[in-house]
Amino acid sequence: MESTIEKHTISVLVDNEPGVLARVIGLFSGRGYNIESLTVAEVDAEQQVSRITIVTSGTRMIIEQIKNQLDRLVPVHRVRDLTDEGPFIERELALIKVAGTGDRRIESLRIADIFKARVVDATLNSFVFEMTGTAAQLDDFIGLMRQLGLVDVSRTGAAAISKGAASL
Amino acid sequence: MSENKLTGAEIVIKALKDQGVDVIFGYPGGAVLPIYDALFKQNDLRHILVRHEQAAVHAAEGYARSTGKVGAVLVTSGPGATNAVTGLTDALMDSIPIVCLCGQVPTHLIGNDAFQEADTTGITRPCTKHNYLVKDVANLARTMHEAFYVARSGRPGPVVIDIPKDVQFAEGPYVPPTEVKHKTYRPQVKAELSRVEEAVELIANAKRPIFYTGGGVINSGPLASKLLTQFVRMTGYPCTNTLMGLGAYPASDPQFLGMLGMHGTYEANLAMHGCDVMINIGARFDDRVTGKLSEFSPGSKKIHVDIDPSSINKNVRVDIPIVGDCAHVLEDMIRIWKARQKRPDQAALKNWWGQITEWRKRDCLRYIHTDPIIKPQYALERLRELTRKHDTYITTEVGQHQMWAAQFLPFEEPNRWMTSGGLGTMGYGLPAAIGTQIAHPDSLVIDVSGEASFMMNMQEMATAVQYNLPVKILILNNQYMGMVRQWQELLHGSRYSQSYSEALPDFVKMAEAFGGVGLRATKVSEVDDVLNQMIDIRRPVIVDMCVDQKENCFPMIPGGRAHNEILLGPADQLGESMSRDSTPEEGMVLV
Repeated sequence: MESTIEKHTISVLVDNEPGVLARVIGLFSGRGYNIESLTVAEVDAEQQVSRITIVTSGTRMIIEQIKNQLDRLVPVHRVRDLTDEGPFIERELALIKVAGTGDRRIESLRIADIFKARVVDATLNSFVFEMTGTAAQLDDFIGLMRQLGLVDVSRTGAAAISKGAASL
Repeated sequence: MSENKLTGAEIVIKALKDQGVDVIFGYPGGAVLPIYDALFKQNDLRHILVRHEQAAVHAAEGYARSTGKVGAVLVTSGPGATNAVTGLTDALMDSIPIVCLCGQVPTHLIGNDAFQEADTTGITRPCTKHNYLVKDVANLARTMHEAFYVARSGRPGPVVIDIPKDVQFAEGPYVPPTEVKHKTYRPQVKAELSRVEEAVELIANAKRPIFYTGGGVINSGPLASKLLTQFVRMTGYPCTNTLMGLGAYPASDPQFLGMLGMHGTYEANLAMHGCDVMINIGARFDDRVTGKLSEFSPGSKKIHVDIDPSSINKNVRVDIPIVGDCAHVLEDMIRIWKARQKRPDQAALKNWWGQITEWRKRDCLRYIHTDPIIKPQYALERLRELTRKHDTYITTEVGQHQMWAAQFLPFEEPNRWMTSGGLGTMGYGLPAAIGTQIAHPDSLVIDVSGEASFMMNMQEMATAVQYNLPVKILILNNQYMGMVRQWQELLHGSRYSQSYSEALPDFVKMAEAFGGVGLRATKVSEVDDVLNQMIDIRRPVIVDMCVDQKENCFPMIPGGRAHNEILLGPADQLGESMSRDSTPEEGMVLV
């Protein structure tokens, strides 16, 4: 049996109309599919088209189902499996708040520098870092901050795009 | 009123007419009054007043399935819309084209918990193919036309348009259907030719082939059924239909093996299990058909033709997937078959038919006739004989009677059989019969019913009487929710929890109270006479056919079993295989 669980990043172009996100999310919850992350924003204001990036996991058969079910939704223009279709770039942004004083504060700043996280807010006893990277890089950084006074994290979920000249 | 501008309500009526709608099923209420007012002022579009919104949708389904047209529904906001939800879900599961117009509270009140407000688009999102909330009258005509396009294109389904009351009053422009094109929705109807060629080669080289066809053939239109019949006869291969697909291939044809699945024939199920090439045309490997998935037709190569790509490889992995409309694909198959002068392996085919003939000899629909107690199968056999010369349409409710009707009534052509397959909605049959009778006023329309199902939408007797619809309701009355009782007997140690129909009304008196005709048969000698009267009376008739209370529906593949573990009848039932201890847990869990 094909029971290996695969992780896939899927890009979906949709009409930016009321309820379209609810349709996509309802499809995942109604059919028991898994969402690891989901991001959405309008990418063409004139055509009113939004791009949804979904990171999901499942067996090969489930992934195929997810794509077919998404494609079946009336306001969906295109569904592309970036994981299947060749190399792609995936980035996520996180805002990470760390509180503390003394050595821990200095250490958090030093590590942030290594990870190329920017300070976007500072008080005498806190920092907010902004970091962009792959989900794994963010996980690593947040893991280290946890030991240095992490108080809050806000992540966007992945945005992704294929490499090379081709469009979606 | 200014030139070229209509009110929202008038736009609705004009769009319906331009879409070829001549009848709409509905129920008025506060939030749709402007549309009802516009209906009142015209005479082309006929409105059928049902007695419950669920029935409006089922009636539209009956109308749609018996004509191939889109069924139209009009209901009010709040409870009107929520009552319609069961019908919409039914239409979604069985891929029936419906456009359901719902009134909504005025736009400025949306979200305020106004009187009779419900989040209709939110509630109906998972039970429609698509839905719309029209907040601006300028978009109304376009949305109406788009809705009809979406409902009937590709895999058909129900579409809801939610129209706030102020939008019904507002004035806006009308655009005709010709000027409306959907931005993105273009289902693929023509299949990839190389795939079809590959399929034809596989079909031609089969040793033990079977055609397994479903509702997709019916939905594709009568031409698909003709082409299917032609192709099956060209090949000389056996053909089985799903519950939804009955009528796509003529039941009287010697190549027809009957229905397959949980209560399908022995020969159809064993042929599915033992085939080497399965040609699935417009069916979806439903769990009622496949039984235990891991043991489903283990040795076969599978071809699957479906207009909906998400139906392919959903439950069963297939070897040749073909996305396209059944009629188009069948046309291609026939053309390629002829061009390549294909001849099946006659020796292998002879062996295969020899095997099938052996299976047929088991006579799996045999039952033990009794007198004077009426067996439900006997009643349906008599119905089959007595309606043979009539122009007959059959609807059913859900349960044992539905399966017996599928087994015992012959369907020679498509669009003659209306039953709730996917959702299994008790209460479907009477409103569906009403919708069918509206579409075919001079035909014989019979709702084969059970007493429990009938009572779920019996208020529609009033609709039948109001419009002089001579629908026949044949209740196979066993005083039980028969299928529930059967499962309780077979799987739950005969503990008949809540499945006995206590305090039943007198159905004959009920028919009379509604203004119809009531008839009753309690013994075999009365069956023919009662059925003949039922057929001849040109008024709504309820027949209380009092049948054996304990009769079970066989053959049966218990939940979680494979096709070759099919049970044939009372004798099998007593055997080891059905004792409670040997029933796999898996089977008991399954529905």
